Amino acid sequence: MKFLKYLFVGIIFGIVLVKSEAVSWYRIYEMFKFESFYMYGIIGTAIGTGVILLLLAKQFKLNNLEGHQLNVPKKDKGIFRYILGGILFGLGWALSGACPGPMYILVGTGAFSVLIVIAAALFGTYVYGIIKDKLPH
Amino acid sequence: MEQILQPWPWYVSGPLIALIMFFLIYFGKTFGMSSNLRTLCTIGGAGKKVEFFDFDWKAQRWNLVVVIGAIIGGFIAHQFLSVQTNIDLNPKTVEDLSQLGFQNAGQSLLPTELYSWEAVFSLKGILILVIGGFLVGFGTRYAGGCTSGHAITGLSSLQRPSLIAVIGFFIGGLIMIHLLFPLIFG
Repeated sequence: MKFLKYLFVGIIFGIVLVKSEAVSWYRIYEMFKFESFYMYGIIGTAIGTGVILLLLAKQFKLNNLEGHQLNVPKKDKGIFRYILGGILFGLGWALSGACPGPMYILVGTGAFSVLIVIAAALFGTYVYGIIKDKLPH
Repeated sequence: MEQILQPWPWYVSGPLIALIMFFLIYFGKTFGMSSNLRTLCTIGGAGKKVEFFDFDWKAQRWNLVVVIGAIIGGFIAHQFLSVQTNIDLNPKTVEDLSQLGFQNAGQSLLPTELYSWEAVFSLKGILILVIGGFLVGFGTRYAGGCTSGHAITGLSSLQRPSLIAVIGFFIGGLIMIHLLFPLIFG
């Protein structure tokens, strides 16, 4: 029962990303070509709305469902991991057209060959886990 | 109903994505989809061999439920809430793609040139999907997040590491599309 709200949020997430076409390989290509404002509009309004919501929550000291003050997890300090990891992800994102949310959503739309991308992404995550201590962070 | 069946404009979709993030934070969690890849590795037994995967995955069950929901949402949107896919791409983009060998750009969510079974079972086709997926899995974990965790959540909470990561995403994406695509598909 306590998981039901997560299922609901997931369903909305899936619907929004399909209806916004953000799951489309073509939209990602178009974005990196700077040939349309469309994806920048989505990401920009998402961040803009997000900033306002989080500032309002802070201003009004909104508590989360567990009764604690609303908290966004803080990312660790560092530069290398973010720039290098970011570049590697960006290369893969543009090539496959799928980031980790849309991958699953695309499977729901019936694009089962995306399961290969998911399997490869699991392997990539696994390899990172093995060699992470040798990488600059 | 007609408006729901058509593609939703960006100024509707963007704020809805922000609300999804906000609700997950309100539930005491966070919006981060790539974390599920690590969780799935752990469920598969990776924690026995590699320390990075040795954590209590049950604390992440809620996030896997989000994934299940996302799959269901994708199904619902595609089966019941969409008319024929016809993405309104910039004609210039369609022409660029045509020169790279991609025909009928925008008439499906994914190009058949990469995702049809015929393409998948060619050496080049499978390599593209496997290398693309590998980079996504490796890169997101190295960077500690993806589009949801860094671009949406991290930037909404004004975190500098996320800004660096998103700049990285774009450097990588631009290199792929502008420098590597002509070599791969040219």
